[in-house]
Amino acid sequence: MPDSHDEVRALARARWRIAIVLTVIMIAVYFGFIALIAFDKPLLATRIAPGLTLGILLGVLVIVVSWLLTWVYVRWANAHYDARLEALRR
Amino acid sequence: MILIALLQAPTAGSTRLGEPNPIAMGFFFAFIAVTLGITYWAARRTRTTEEFYAAGRTVSAGQNGFALAGDYMSAASFLGIAGLVSTTGFDGLIYSTGWLVGWPVVLFLIAEPLRNLGRYTFADVVAARLRQTPVRIAAALGTLATVLLYLIAQMVGAGGLIRLMFGIPYEQAVIVVGVAMLAYVLFGGMIATTWVQIVKAGLLLGGALLLAVMVLWRFEMNPAALFAAAAERYGDAVLAPGRLVSNPLDAISLGMALMFGTAGLPHILMRFYTVPDARAARKSVFYATGLIGFFYLMTFVLGFGAMVLVGPETIRGVDPGGNMAAPLLAEMLGGTPLLGFIAAVAFATILAVVAGLTLSGAAALSHDLWVNVVRHAHADAKEQLRVARVATILLGVGAILLGITFKGQNVAFMVSLAFAIAASANFPALVLSIFWRRCTTAGAVASMVIGTIVTLALIWFSPTIQVDVLGRSDAWFPLKNPALITIPLSFAVGIAVSLLSAERARDDTAILDRQMLLGSHPARE
Repeated sequence: MPDSHDEVRALARARWRIAIVLTVIMIAVYFGFIALIAFDKPLLATRIAPGLTLGILLGVLVIVVSWLLTWVYVRWANAHYDARLEALRR
Repeated sequence: MILIALLQAPTAGSTRLGEPNPIAMGFFFAFIAVTLGITYWAARRTRTTEEFYAAGRTVSAGQNGFALAGDYMSAASFLGIAGLVSTTGFDGLIYSTGWLVGWPVVLFLIAEPLRNLGRYTFADVVAARLRQTPVRIAAALGTLATVLLYLIAQMVGAGGLIRLMFGIPYEQAVIVVGVAMLAYVLFGGMIATTWVQIVKAGLLLGGALLLAVMVLWRFEMNPAALFAAAAERYGDAVLAPGRLVSNPLDAISLGMALMFGTAGLPHILMRFYTVPDARAARKSVFYATGLIGFFYLMTFVLGFGAMVLVGPETIRGVDPGGNMAAPLLAEMLGGTPLLGFIAAVAFATILAVVAGLTLSGAAALSHDLWVNVVRHAHADAKEQLRVARVATILLGVGAILLGITFKGQNVAFMVSLAFAIAASANFPALVLSIFWRRCTTAGAVASMVIGTIVTLALIWFSPTIQVDVLGRSDAWFPLKNPALITIPLSFAVGIAVSLLSAERARDDTAILDRQMLLGSHPARE
């Protein structure tokens, strides 16, 4: 199917771009958290509410961000990517 | 020990941990009975290699989400994180997050191309564009190194855990785990293994949720009230980063091993072949990420619950590593019945993880080495299945023997070592072969072989072995986990060798590009 090969490559590139952007965000968020633990412990010890430090809040947020990023990707893929795959199949 | 516990923490009362516990035994035998029943049912559906390795590709996205979570949530993370939190507070959160953040990476980079390009092992994908024999041998090296280290850690942990919880001698405990796991994999293949993971994931999530709700019930269902109680009793330091991360480079290196190692674990990657297509693979990671994140949040609550309700002194008194925090908390909250339930859940957890590991190791031995290297893909279906079962027996017996050999050794480091090898030997080659068309056979092989060997060597010269295991005062290599060096090294070697080596362009590039997006089968819809 040489005529559709350009389309295959274009779609592969589109997915690759999204995958890279989301991966880089995940890496930045997690290693940002680790870097704060490594370099600024007093900041993370700051109380923001009774019984809650900034460190605990950010740790929980890392988990929430992981959920959100997977959700963003799955939504994009189910809505846009799959439709274009379907078009390629035909 | 029990006496010390009694003296130090009158609120916790005396623990029945370590005594033969009929309720734990009852739950445990019920689990064995149910899972062997599943195995019997699965064995009648396991006639082809596709069924043995990949459950006939009939597992739904939701089922695979639970099975992925089941394969991943080991007793080390359940008992270990709860223990770490109960004795140090905040620092356990570093592991809770580290063990989760690899999952989005699996979803974005690996899951779909893996499902579309491969059949049974991740080596299928690396070898898809390259020469079969060298790639398969190198990939099997990385797979077996990861699987064996992980297996040793699980078997030794299982033996110790069962002795501590049920009072069964260590060797017997290791043999019980080995034989039960062998029965699941040998007769039921991937179908039985998948359902064992699903049952185990349900039990573990249910047990952890039950404990977390019982803890929070005492604090008006408000985690912050629990944390405040911990800070009031043990000082504000428990809510802030402590001594676990003293060297920043160590923290980053461990984080890299956890994040990228997840995407290179052979028993996790193998699960993506059990679903019908890439869309189901994608959805299953989404479910797994939700379940695993939820689980690690609960272990954090359980750790603080154990700190406040049981007390760090009592926990260290029973096990200096703190691993019995969650069982002790269960006993405190619900007496011997709940202790028995949680102990049986922890046991089931180990059993399921070991089964998944053994199946992926057997696939590397039989599918990669025997069928594709020794027989050049000319083995008939009957021979393939027979070899897969022989490989399973070899690995199962090997796991039992290794478990007994390493009795009493400090093997906790082996889990993070397994992640380091997965991250440096498997992950770079997988990413390069999927996303970079100029990757050559020599490049992929060099990346996998050097990744494995350098990781093993640096671990040997690291403080983890030299100081913690051998008792020397100093180590030649400063980092506890080598991932910071070995992951970039492995990528660099793969890229450099690919650029220096020429490989004749294949004439089926367009077909493979198409297969990576669309899969090898036409759409089912």
